[in-house]
Amino acid sequence: MFKTEPIMINFGPQHPSTHGVFRMRITFDGERILDLEPVFGYLHRGIEKLGESKTYAQIVPYTDRLDYLASMTNNHAYVLAVEKLAGVKVPERAEYLRVIMAELMRIASHLMTVGFLLNEMGAFMTPLLYMWREREKILDLFEMVCGQRLTYNYMRVGGVSQDIPDEFMPALRRFIDEMPGFIDEYEQLLAENEILLARTKGVGILPPEKAINCSISGPVLRASGVKWDIRRADPYSIYHRFDFEIPTCQNGDAYDRYRMRILEMRQSVRIIEQAMAETPDGEIRTKVPAMLRPPKGEAYGHIEGPKGELGFYLVSDGSPNPYRFHIRAPALINLTMFRDLCIGNLLADALIILGSIDICMGEVDR
Amino acid sequence: MTTPLPGEDVAKRIGEHLPDAVTDFDETAVFIRDQDVLDVARFLKEAPGLEFDYVTSITAVDYREHFEVVYHLTSIKNNHSIVLKTRCHQRDNPRVPSVVSLWQGADFQEREVYDLMGIAFDGHPNLKRMFLWQGFPGYPLRKDHQSGV
Amino acid sequence: MERPYDSNELDAAEGAEIEALRQACKEPYPDPVQWLDEDIERSVLVSSVDYIIDWGRRFSLWPVNCGLACCAFEMIGLAASRFDISRFGMELFRASPRQADLMLVAGTLTWKMAPALKRIYDQMPEPKWVVAMGSCAISGGPFRDSYSVVNGVNLILPVDVYIPGCPPRPEALMHGLILLHRKIGKETFLKKR
Repeated sequence: MFKTEPIMINFGPQHPSTHGVFRMRITFDGERILDLEPVFGYLHRGIEKLGESKTYAQIVPYTDRLDYLASMTNNHAYVLAVEKLAGVKVPERAEYLRVIMAELMRIASHLMTVGFLLNEMGAFMTPLLYMWREREKILDLFEMVCGQRLTYNYMRVGGVSQDIPDEFMPALRRFIDEMPGFIDEYEQLLAENEILLARTKGVGILPPEKAINCSISGPVLRASGVKWDIRRADPYSIYHRFDFEIPTCQNGDAYDRYRMRILEMRQSVRIIEQAMAETPDGEIRTKVPAMLRPPKGEAYGHIEGPKGELGFYLVSDGSPNPYRFHIRAPALINLTMFRDLCIGNLLADALIILGSIDICMGEVDR
Repeated sequence: MTTPLPGEDVAKRIGEHLPDAVTDFDETAVFIRDQDVLDVARFLKEAPGLEFDYVTSITAVDYREHFEVVYHLTSIKNNHSIVLKTRCHQRDNPRVPSVVSLWQGADFQEREVYDLMGIAFDGHPNLKRMFLWQGFPGYPLRKDHQSGV
Repeated sequence: MERPYDSNELDAAEGAEIEALRQACKEPYPDPVQWLDEDIERSVLVSSVDYIIDWGRRFSLWPVNCGLACCAFEMIGLAASRFDISRFGMELFRASPRQADLMLVAGTLTWKMAPALKRIYDQMPEPKWVVAMGSCAISGGPFRDSYSVVNGVNLILPVDVYIPGCPPRPEALMHGLILLHRKIGKETFLKKR
């Protein structure tokens, strides 16, 4: 008697819930998703090609603008790759400062992920504004160090650009002392919340074998039960000196992906406390020529960023500009199984899945 | 510590299974023939002791006379890694077999290489431009691309 | 599964639209400020009707959600509780352009996104204003030499206020918006813009 037809709806590049300019063409049967085609490229700025005409030091500000919510970790990954290529050693104080900045950045990025995920669930701005409050404190700390709130350009090949002022450590101490209390506040308000549980439990379950096959990395992989964190598996910088856990969750649904971020924030606070206690005095930067000419060769440097494994593949031909500059973007690769997770679910679930994977279009499109 | 396996050992093991596939090796990388990519990848994924189950990164470099497609493979089970490289000498229509059937994570990365560098992957389920639009002239990451700004 | 649309056709149509826009938009739009100078030359105060209408318009500007890249996060920072755009009546970022009158272009505009941005601008009802936030929206910024970046939003839309910075602090954005308020306050209702 009734005839139904599938309909295609364009979830346009301009949308409040798509985490930037991300487009999807979704085929629906009623509210159920039959097929989903992601369309990228609305923020493709050609950073890889631009990098080939800049010197190694000039590329650092471009790396800030990749995942703009986690600029410090982007800088860290890039300077690690260049230091591997050129064989530059970094002084101790710089390593400790880098770790402190990277972990603070991880906390700020996870706060944003959780805040925006809850935004999409319908808690319109309240959790986001609560988490923004903490993020503003972290941004104040960063502004004290390097003068910028969003795109820091703080790390350099061979160290960091400036030393911390005297008021930084007391301010950091105050922040670290009160941060666990705030994480407890979020847990108390959110962890047993009925709406959160109803909307995320059992949504978008990712089995661990599929996660490994799809090259997923970061909190999404660990939420599926695979204990793989670059800071433990292939330690870079001085992470082998710190005592921290790698939390994992069992089910791999959106709730676990949300829970991972809360657990990782606690571990980051632990790392910062240990790093603060041990930071030595000394130089903050090894002298490196401004027109650095690394020897011919290639290097792949990777870190555990807040969104996953961020890697830089650099090929050098002996000149001051890289011959090839490739960015292994975790957000793009984590979207590989997005289509498979969404098929069969409702549209509202698709948004929750997208929010729990946590993408940032600057990194997806580069 | 993720041990980068020496190119020589991996080349020897591949050579035992697929005799003509390896063309060269150095300390970190193994060079294979472009038509053998899929077979070598299957061997690396399934061979006991190697078991590369995770493809970290697929990219391509334009060396003017040839293209080089670079695969960074990791084994989460055994915590080691290898770099696999293949060279395409045809500039007009470079083609390499796709590894999407083995690792789904290669999907978007191969599409990106096709979009920006112009190397086609045979067997890819959805090979079309991703970042740039249909009708964009040329392939921007090639060294001879004139950017028409 | 069989899709009810042909993905290649849609992509080809989109590609053709982008190339057409790229060829058509080589010269920037003139900034809509000529009437400002004429006003000063006439040196008469805006009439009382104009004053009330402008007062209403400028203290209830509703921006449309147009955050493209990093500057979007300083825009959201302005909307958050520390810098608080709500004191100017602007905290409602409308998702639909039909209900908005201010377009805050925050972030890098690429040629692929340009037709969509132009469509959003065309869908906004008059009177409408455009603010270019950040150096990417003003002139292409650090990505000016790239093969896919529009060198400034004013190639596609007429821009009222330019706010420099990379990204501009929320206070800088607020200053730009206050300048826009002053500009709106000088408009006369009866004259065509």
